[in-house]
Amino acid sequence: MSSPETQPTDGTPYTVVVGLEVHVQLKTNTKLFCRCPTTFGQPPNTQTCPVCLGLPGSLPVMNRHAFELSMKTALALNCTIPHFTKWDRKNYFYPDLPKGYQTSQFDLPMSEHGHLNIFSENDEFADKQIRILRAHLEEDAGKSMHDEAAGVADSRIDLNRTGTPLLEIVSEPDMRNAAEAKAYLQELRLILLYLGVSDCNMQEGSLRCDANVNLHIDTPAGTIATPIVEIKNMNSFRAVQRGIEFEVGRQYTLWQKDKQVLGDMPKQTRGWDEGAQVTRAQREKEESSDYRYFPCPDLVPVVVTDEEIQAMQQQIGTLPASLRKQLLDDHQLTAHTSAVIVNQGLGFADYFLALATAIDDSRLAGNWMQGEVLRILNEQEQTIQQFKLSAAELGELLKFIQSGDLDNSKAKDVFAVMIEAGQAAADVMAELGIKKVDSSQLEELCQRLVDNNPKIVADVQSGNPKAVGALIGQARKENSNVDPGQVRQICLALIEKL
Amino acid sequence: MSIISKSATQQREMLRTGELTSVELTTAYLEQIKSRESAVKAFVHLDEQQALDAAQQIDTRRAAGEPLGDLAGIPVAVKDNLCSEGVPTTCASKILSGFIPPYDATVVAKLKTADAILIGRTNMDEFAMGSSTENSSIQVTSNPWNLQCIPGGSSGGSAACIAAGFAPLALGSDTGGSIRQPAALCGIVGLKPSYGRVSRYGLVAFASSLDQIGPMTGNVEDAALLLQVLAGHDSHDSTSADVTVDGYVENVTQPLSGLTLGVVDEHYGDGLEAEIKSSVEEAIRVYESLGATLKHIEMPHASYGIATYYIIAPCEASSNLARFDGAHYGHRADTSTSDQTSTSEDALTRMYRSSRAAGFGDEVKRRIMLGTYALSEGYYDAFYLKALKVRRLIRQDYDNAFKDVDLLIGPVTACSAFKQGEKTADPMAMYMEDLFTVTANLAGVAGISIPCGLTDAGLPIGVQLQSAPFQEDKLLRAAYMFQHATDWHQRRPEF
Repeated sequence: MSSPETQPTDGTPYTVVVGLEVHVQLKTNTKLFCRCPTTFGQPPNTQTCPVCLGLPGSLPVMNRHAFELSMKTALALNCTIPHFTKWDRKNYFYPDLPKGYQTSQFDLPMSEHGHLNIFSENDEFADKQIRILRAHLEEDAGKSMHDEAAGVADSRIDLNRTGTPLLEIVSEPDMRNAAEAKAYLQELRLILLYLGVSDCNMQEGSLRCDANVNLHIDTPAGTIATPIVEIKNMNSFRAVQRGIEFEVGRQYTLWQKDKQVLGDMPKQTRGWDEGAQVTRAQREKEESSDYRYFPCPDLVPVVVTDEEIQAMQQQIGTLPASLRKQLLDDHQLTAHTSAVIVNQGLGFADYFLALATAIDDSRLAGNWMQGEVLRILNEQEQTIQQFKLSAAELGELLKFIQSGDLDNSKAKDVFAVMIEAGQAAADVMAELGIKKVDSSQLEELCQRLVDNNPKIVADVQSGNPKAVGALIGQARKENSNVDPGQVRQICLALIEKL
Repeated sequence: MSIISKSATQQREMLRTGELTSVELTTAYLEQIKSRESAVKAFVHLDEQQALDAAQQIDTRRAAGEPLGDLAGIPVAVKDNLCSEGVPTTCASKILSGFIPPYDATVVAKLKTADAILIGRTNMDEFAMGSSTENSSIQVTSNPWNLQCIPGGSSGGSAACIAAGFAPLALGSDTGGSIRQPAALCGIVGLKPSYGRVSRYGLVAFASSLDQIGPMTGNVEDAALLLQVLAGHDSHDSTSADVTVDGYVENVTQPLSGLTLGVVDEHYGDGLEAEIKSSVEEAIRVYESLGATLKHIEMPHASYGIATYYIIAPCEASSNLARFDGAHYGHRADTSTSDQTSTSEDALTRMYRSSRAAGFGDEVKRRIMLGTYALSEGYYDAFYLKALKVRRLIRQDYDNAFKDVDLLIGPVTACSAFKQGEKTADPMAMYMEDLFTVTANLAGVAGISIPCGLTDAGLPIGVQLQSAPFQEDKLLRAAYMFQHATDWHQRRPEF
């Protein structure tokens, strides 16, 4: 467990300060201010119209659904929703921004002052609440593709993404190490997935994370802060963690050399280089940071009523934190099992709940979900929605374990055939000739084995209980349906009585 | 009497009864254009053949007994800042050279639905910034009443077009007076509707919170006819109002009884030319003779109108015109051969700077710089925010005034049409052209300019009526009362 304050072996203690800005593409059918589809991966510039191309004379009209998804997210993040919010223009020139400004929200965002709780599965840090400063809605820019090969600069612009609704969620600088930042991002992603508001695909860019990082260093003259650096281009959770870790080290080493503190230089943007595992200074898009924000005169402010907020609150549904608590408290699962189930998403959790109810045994259901079910899903690259067996069908199989008709290892064999052939548990068992051995039949078999194998019995009696394994082997040879555990138990009892 | 001297309202009736065909009507206007356009230069683009083809189609459809739109077969000229699918739309700017919109502005679509004949695109001050149409990068338009004079602006092409008999109906846009001022200077009727009355979708934006599209016509009935087609909520424009559209055409000839007119004393300051003052006073006497009561109204913040306008409009313009960067359409400077080693500027910035430097005219640049400055960090509160506050006070002045009176009456401009080149070197003098018109845009109210006299030099004078938002019906009826009692609207220039 790392303490907030880090004591480098060769220097002055410091505290890491991290805040995250997360951009989430909302899962709407159409863009934020026009009716173009938001489908990813289409041929360049085919998902466009005069509005998102920023053609002269075109005007934006707000997509109400995007605003509703933002409200739902903000409420799930415990934000307050002001009754009045407006749109502002952020002015800067760039080819992937065809209007010369981005329609965003400046001083009156659609939500503010929320929080999110993070925890560590392996006790890297104590449970903690991270405050959320604000979440605001804005339009995405297009994509610039630069090809500067062979000395010929060739830049192409794809405006398919232009105007896609983006929710920017800004945390307070409450995280004290990379692990906390990663946990925040993972929990945030999980919440977004549970809400169904975004695909949260970091590779495709529907979830993007920038980190603001600096250090508070304790010097004999008091605490100083190093200049804040914004890290961009981190396309995975691992990259976020590594990027921050790298930046902490870089800033500390740099400070030891140049003693620069916050305010000595403008905020720097550095890009994470995944290949080299380092951050590198980026060339700025816009030299000036004066975006000349002002209210967008083409859009009317959005007025939100208490009734609308309440109605949206009702639609939030189950969130990861409450589900985790339910699995721990009501279902008595281990922290690990409950985390595995919750992290798989709402569909997986719902499947678990249905299964646990069907067989009235949360532990058995949990073990199977985290074991066999997850293994198959991973192997076949499926989601739980694509999984072959319904919770009821899988429940039938587990009931045979509960009744003693199947041991765990046989159950796995049956399970494999069920997936393969799409058959019910009972049918597979009949086909494989699996049926429970009658208890008197089993007693009789064991008695015969004990009677016929005095040497083994003597071996057991002389203090080597493992020798009974030979009897189990003979039993299974005679009848493949016997439960090895039961054979062991009965044989040992018979030998004891001799 | 030539067919082109009749009102669109009359022409419409003649077309309906079969007394006239659209081909005849369109041909008559095209002939007038052919003989006089070289002197006036009202159009930047003429659609002669398409207009005749469209007229022929309307005649055929009419002969077949098909139902036709409200402007069926009547030529309409369109200001060059309204997008029309497949037709060059330049805003009289070099930076939009070669730009052909792939879509129709809502008003253009409405004209098409109404079966109007789109005859051509009219000249304007570049991006509607100006009061004389001299800021056009294409040509200077002359005032048909005196070819040495400017027609006003920025909708000077549309105003000259109506005065010269090139079309019976035209569209203009008005951000600070750009419909009403040229209407006054060309002796025609120009109506700036309330903000939100007409969809702005497809109007190349100058200042979004002030821009409105409106009719420019030879008389009040025609303004009612055209507004009837243009007005109404549009799902493509969030700022268009979902307010009932009155029956302007049906109501326009109905006089208003018990009309109370507000006279704003601040309008009669030093700058007002004596001839204009007396014509406007004469117009007021006409209203009194028609039974109207007068009331003196104070507009304590009206004098801040110009200052407020010249903060807000350039601020919005600086952002609205950012999209003209050479990257996606319109003019792009060829920077491939320029010296790339002498500065630290990157290729992209160089392309932006060169394209915009060559593409925009001086006045447009002046306003982009004004707006950029006023929105900058450290100046925003003192300029933009302050201007918004004053704007609210001006709106309050109007709200208070309309508690006491039905309409305001006063001058449109302080002086009549001036000589070309007279004010081009003095931007402040040019800005003062908007003195009596900008407050209507800042407050979002409606205003109309109607002819009310001629100067000794034979130049037209206009009188302005203003109404509370969405009271265009009242505005048009009051304007018609004056027109009915006078004959100024029948005067046409001899040129």
